[in-house]
Amino acid sequence: MDKFFHSVYLNEALCKGCINCIKRCPTEAIRVRKGKAVITNQFCIDCGECVRICSHHAKLIRFDHIDVLEKYEYTVALPAPSFYAQFNNLEDINIVLTALLYLGFDDVYEVSSAAELVSAASRKYIEEHPDKWPIVSTACPSVVRLIRVRFPNLIDHLLPILPPVEVAAMLAREEAIKKTGLPGDKIGIIFISPCPSKVTYSKSPLGVGKSQIDNVLAVKEIYKDLLPLMKKAKESPKNLSSSGKIGIGWGGSGGEAAGLITDSYLAADGIENVIRVLEDLEDEKFSNLKFIELNACSGGCVGGVLTVENPYVAKVKLKKLNKYLPISLTHFEHTEDFEQYYWSDPVKYEPVYQLGDNMPESIAMLNRVEELCQQFPGLDCGSCGAPTCKALAEDIVRGNAVESDCIHILRHHLYELSDNAMNLASDALSEDVSSDDYIHILRHYIGQLSIELSHLKSTRLPEDNADEKKL
Amino acid sequence: MNNDLMTLSYSVSPEDFTRAGEASSDVKSKLKQLGVSPDIIRKVSIAMYEGEINMVIHANGGQITVDISAEAITMELKDHGPGIEDIEKAMEAGYSTAPDSIRALGFGAGMGLPNMKNYSDEMNIDTTLGVGTTVRMIVYM
Repeated sequence: MDKFFHSVYLNEALCKGCINCIKRCPTEAIRVRKGKAVITNQFCIDCGECVRICSHHAKLIRFDHIDVLEKYEYTVALPAPSFYAQFNNLEDINIVLTALLYLGFDDVYEVSSAAELVSAASRKYIEEHPDKWPIVSTACPSVVRLIRVRFPNLIDHLLPILPPVEVAAMLAREEAIKKTGLPGDKIGIIFISPCPSKVTYSKSPLGVGKSQIDNVLAVKEIYKDLLPLMKKAKESPKNLSSSGKIGIGWGGSGGEAAGLITDSYLAADGIENVIRVLEDLEDEKFSNLKFIELNACSGGCVGGVLTVENPYVAKVKLKKLNKYLPISLTHFEHTEDFEQYYWSDPVKYEPVYQLGDNMPESIAMLNRVEELCQQFPGLDCGSCGAPTCKALAEDIVRGNAVESDCIHILRHHLYELSDNAMNLASDALSEDVSSDDYIHILRHYIGQLSIELSHLKSTRLPEDNADEKKL
Repeated sequence: MNNDLMTLSYSVSPEDFTRAGEASSDVKSKLKQLGVSPDIIRKVSIAMYEGEINMVIHANGGQITVDISAEAITMELKDHGPGIEDIEKAMEAGYSTAPDSIRALGFGAGMGLPNMKNYSDEMNIDTTLGVGTTVRMIVYM
């Protein structure tokens, strides 16, 4: 398992090398190199902000398509609760679930139903661990990835319970094996996802070694595939849903917290807001909170970049679907059952931001970063391919960039170059110079000019692979 | 056994709040199986749901009895809660005494009793402070 596998990727052919995504990335993971905005694996958290902002559609998401069903003898669809909120005038969730069966799935297992079990297990965990308050939600994989690289002090606060999608996959697989007796590889547990973060989760999970999710489809694609089947499904919907208010509510921001039935919580959504809350939490600014719900997408999962509906409209639709549902329809049979949904693999700190291999080295490198920052104009213009001057300084110190990537420094070098050339011209014209002296002066200046020219090489632009010419 | 009447009994437990609404959900599915018209099912479901939630939020649970006949569906919701101090005020749209912890789930809009009155054909409330409350509602077929 590649712990840094990513579903978000760049289509170089469409990339113009503009600065939009590099400025928008919340972890400064993107750099323009050779005219293309490439993602640095260790810093990317698969939040999908770059996909959202790219007007050239060059940032894309890897996911599976409906034909993946053909690989299996028995398939179970795992619709996310945000999926229900994509449809207009939906009165009954069972219509969507029935339509999924018409689409070709053999069975459905609602992620919202598993969410009610996660809520129950969470309520118990929170009451039993006041030493860990406030406890931070871990259902959004991008938030967990962010915490493990940037907020190691908060790792202890993470809710060590598997996300609803993983619990749903585990239970769906158990049920499918019981029903069909088929071997594992013939059963397809297929999640319908609102975001790239969960596609990445299925291949590179957190809290568990291997995910029980086999494939991930996109909400926006399955929504289209399902529309023509909805009318038929509406005529006689099968009774397939077992989710109540709590489960359905998980689709929107605040839903997970509501399922904990406590007043002492905070729910934040949108990656920049999440980062601010985490900074404050690190500074211990929150007292009296038991739980903090964090969602990388605005509005919660309904705001995921693979959805079709506007997140705020979708939230209202969830509220409407929820209105007369019982609080919860899925419950644990026995209280001992909680433990099986706890994390089996702890999440560990990944110090990707560390500069050197040891303290003295890191100190030296950081000093050099400060030095470089002093030289830069501090405009954070992005022309060098890095989102900020400080980021460029760090790249240089790590050996991934050069000073003249900064176009302001480059301009300064060019100025010096032209100044020297002028001097050469005027000195050459001056009186009483012997031909030997003249050649000596020429060599001196040409040497100088070569050095200046070598400063013009830049890692940012595609054409610049200037070789140094030595005299 | 009288084949003209079906009686359903539910014990609404305050212990597990997450089961609130299940009784109404069960009645709804039984009415569907009985072929009751969708309009009537909707009225009964909403009226009973609001009553059931009230019992859990305010009164520590209680008993619900539903009688179904060819003419009408009668619901009796009986609790041993604190009783309703001011029925007229409680019937006002927007007035609520619900605690904060469950407002995040969408409760506390203050529409429970007004909805029950609107969706049922007949309703009466019997309440004694410190003893309990019984709400009776009828929806005619």
